[in-house]
Amino acid sequence: MVLDGKLRTALFAVLGICFMTGLGWASIPLYRMFCQATGLNGTTQRALRAPGAVNQQIRIDFDTNVAPHMPWKFAPENPSETVDIGARDMAFFTATNTSDKPITGTATFNVTPSQAGKYFTKIQCFCFTQQTLKPGETARMPVIFFVDPKILQDPDASDVQTITLSYTFYPVDSAKAKG
Amino acid sequence: MTDSALTGHAFDAHPHSDARAHDDHQMSFFARWFMSTNHKDIGTLYLIFAITAGIIGGAISGLMRAELAEPGIQYLGYWASFLPGGEQGLDHSLHLWNVLITAHGLIMVFFMVMPAMIGGFGNWFVPIMIGAPDMAFPRMNNISFWLLIPSFTLLLASPFFGGAGNGWTLYAPLSTYGEPGPSTDMAILSLHLAGASSILGAINFITTIFNMRAPGMTLHKMPLFVWSVLVTAFLLLLALPVLAAAITMLLTDRNFGTTFFDPAGGGDPILYQHLFWFFGHPEVYIMILPGFGIVSQVISTFSKKPVFGYLGMAYAMVAIGVVGFVVWAHHMFTTGLSVNTKMYFTAATMVIAVPTGIKIFSWIATMWGGSLSFKTPMLWAIGFIFMFTVGGVTGVVLANGGIDDYMQDSYYVVAHFHYVLSLGAVFSLFCGFYYWFPKMSGKMYNETLGQIHYYVFFLGVNVLFFPMHFLGLQNMQRRVPDYTDALAHWNWVATLGYKIMAASMLVFFVNVIWSLAKGKPAGDSPWGEGATTLEWTLSSPPPYHQFETLPRID
Repeated sequence: MVLDGKLRTALFAVLGICFMTGLGWASIPLYRMFCQATGLNGTTQRALRAPGAVNQQIRIDFDTNVAPHMPWKFAPENPSETVDIGARDMAFFTATNTSDKPITGTATFNVTPSQAGKYFTKIQCFCFTQQTLKPGETARMPVIFFVDPKILQDPDASDVQTITLSYTFYPVDSAKAKG
Repeated sequence: MTDSALTGHAFDAHPHSDARAHDDHQMSFFARWFMSTNHKDIGTLYLIFAITAGIIGGAISGLMRAELAEPGIQYLGYWASFLPGGEQGLDHSLHLWNVLITAHGLIMVFFMVMPAMIGGFGNWFVPIMIGAPDMAFPRMNNISFWLLIPSFTLLLASPFFGGAGNGWTLYAPLSTYGEPGPSTDMAILSLHLAGASSILGAINFITTIFNMRAPGMTLHKMPLFVWSVLVTAFLLLLALPVLAAAITMLLTDRNFGTTFFDPAGGGDPILYQHLFWFFGHPEVYIMILPGFGIVSQVISTFSKKPVFGYLGMAYAMVAIGVVGFVVWAHHMFTTGLSVNTKMYFTAATMVIAVPTGIKIFSWIATMWGGSLSFKTPMLWAIGFIFMFTVGGVTGVVLANGGIDDYMQDSYYVVAHFHYVLSLGAVFSLFCGFYYWFPKMSGKMYNETLGQIHYYVFFLGVNVLFFPMHFLGLQNMQRRVPDYTDALAHWNWVATLGYKIMAASMLVFFVNVIWSLAKGKPAGDSPWGEGATTLEWTLSSPPPYHQFETLPRID
C-alpha cells in the first residue's frame, strides 16, 4: 500500500517532467506560429492583394547581407523608396554569383523597427523560395509588398517614419556543410 | 524501504548506547560512503561536494578580482599560457576571461548552491523534519549524488580542451557555431548530467513529502524548511526539462547540422534565450527558496517563538514559485520586445516583490517581541534578511524595462544578483550550516570563531559588492576584463573586499576542522526550547536509522 502511494506520486512527477520536456520541444513550432501571428521580432506578414493607398507616405530602406564565405554579391537596385501606405509596391534586388560553381541560396528577412513587422506585408518575394545562380550569373529578384494602413491606428507604430527591410542570403547547404 | 523494520522496537529518542548505534560501524568505508542509500550520509556527501566546489568557484572569483583590481590586463595572458594550446596574447587572454566567468557561474549555481541547499540540507533534514525514516527512493538518491561527480568532472576538464567561454547562459549563436571544439560540448553535457541529478532528486523529495509524513504531520504543520524544499522540487521538476530540451538543441545544432537557433536554416537565436530563461528564472528561486526555509527555522528558534504568519509564509513561497514561471523575459528586455510585452514583464516581475515582502515582514514580526539570542546562526539569518532586501530593491529597479535598457549587462546587474545569491543564498547556507552543524556532527562549533567569521564575511562581501552598484551606474560592462581608468578606484575597493571575505573563509575552515576534532558534545537540542522541529528530538548526531517507530504529531 505504502509503495503504491509512492509509486503513484513518482509517476505523476515523471508525467510532469515528460510534459515539460514536450513543451520545450514544442516551443519550436509554437514560437514560429506566435511570431507569424504577432509580428514578434519583426516577422513580416503575407497577403494576396493590397488594400489600396491611403493619403500618407512612408519610407522603406532596403538592407542586404550575405552570409560570410558565401561568394555572392547582393544589393537593392534603389537603397530606399518612398511609398504610399496601403499601396502595392515592387522593389528589385540584384544578386550575382561570383564563384565558378552554381550556388543555391535562401534569404531570411525581417524588418525594423520590430513593431512594424505585423504591418509589413509581402505579396510575392524571392525569399519565399530558394534561388539558384549559375557561375557568374546575375539575377534580378523582385519583392511585391505593401504597408498595411492599420499601422496608422497602432499607437506604438503610427509614428514610424522609416521601415528597414533587411535580407540575408545563406547558402542552402550551409547547415550540412557545417556539421 | 521495508515496513517490517518499523515494527518491534519502541520509539527511542535517545539511543545512546543501544545496539542500533552500531549500525554505521558494521559497514566498510567503501560500502558506507560510495554505495550509500542513507539520506544523512548522502546529505553529508552533498555538503562535502558543495564545499569543494565552493572552494574552486571561489578561487576562480579570486582570479577574476585579481585581474580586475587595476585597469588593463595584467595576469590573464600569463595564466592562459598554462592551459594546453594557450599562449600569451590578447585573444587568449580574453578567451580565458570568458572561460573563467563561465566556470564561476556554472560551478556556483549547479555545483555549490544547489547541492548544498537541496542535496545537502534537504537530504539531511527533510526526512527527519517530517518524521520519516529515510527518503522515498534511497537508491535513486544515491544516483542523484553520483551523477554530479562525472558532471563536475566534465566541466572542470573542459578548460583543458580549449575552454567553454559562453557565459553560464550558453547563449546561441556563440554556443552553436561561435565556439567549435569539444569544450562547449563538455559543458553542455555537464549541465545535462547535473539536470538529470536534480530532476531525480526532485521526484524523490516530492514523493517523500507527499507520502512519508509521520502520523499527524499534515501539510499545514510541516516546518517551513520542508515547504521550501517542496516548492523547490516542483520548480526543478517543471523548469529543468525545458533547459534539457534547449541545451539538447544546442548540441544537435553544434554537431548534427540542425538549425534550431540558426537563422540560416529558419531558426532564431532569440528562441534559445526564451527557453533558457523559462528555466533560468525559476532557477534563481530554486537557489533561494530553501534559504528562505532555513532562515525561517533559525529566526523562529532564536526568537523562541513560532514563525509569524506560518500559512502566509508557506503560500508566499508557493506564490513566488508560480509567478516565477511567467516573468522570464525580464532577462531579455533589450532583445526587441514590444512596449506592451515589456510592460507586462515589468509588472509581473514587480508582483513578486509582494510575496517576498510578506516573507521579510513576517521574519521581522517573528523577531518582534521574541526572546532573542544572537548566536552565530541567528546573525547569519539577520544578515540574510538585510542583504536579501538590498538585492531585492535593486531587483525592483532592474525590473523596469526602461531602466533595464540602460543597466543591461552592467555591473549593476552583477551587484544585484550577487546581493541576492552571494549574500542571500550563501548567507542562508552558512546560517543552516552553523544551525545544524551540532546536529550533524554531534559537536558544537566555536562560537567566537563563528561570530568572527560572520562579521568579517559581512564586511568583506559588502566592500566587495556594494561598489559594483556605482560601477554599473557608470556603465562598467560585465564579462569584460578591462575597464576605463575612471573606474579604477571602486574596482580596487571591490578587490580589497574579496581579500577580506577570503580571510573570513580561513576562519570558517579553521572553525570547522577545530570543531570536528575538539568541539564540545552538542547534546540533543543545543538551541534550547526555541528549537521545536523533530530533528532536535533525536540524538546528535542522529542514529543511523531514525524513527523506527514513527513519531506522532498532535
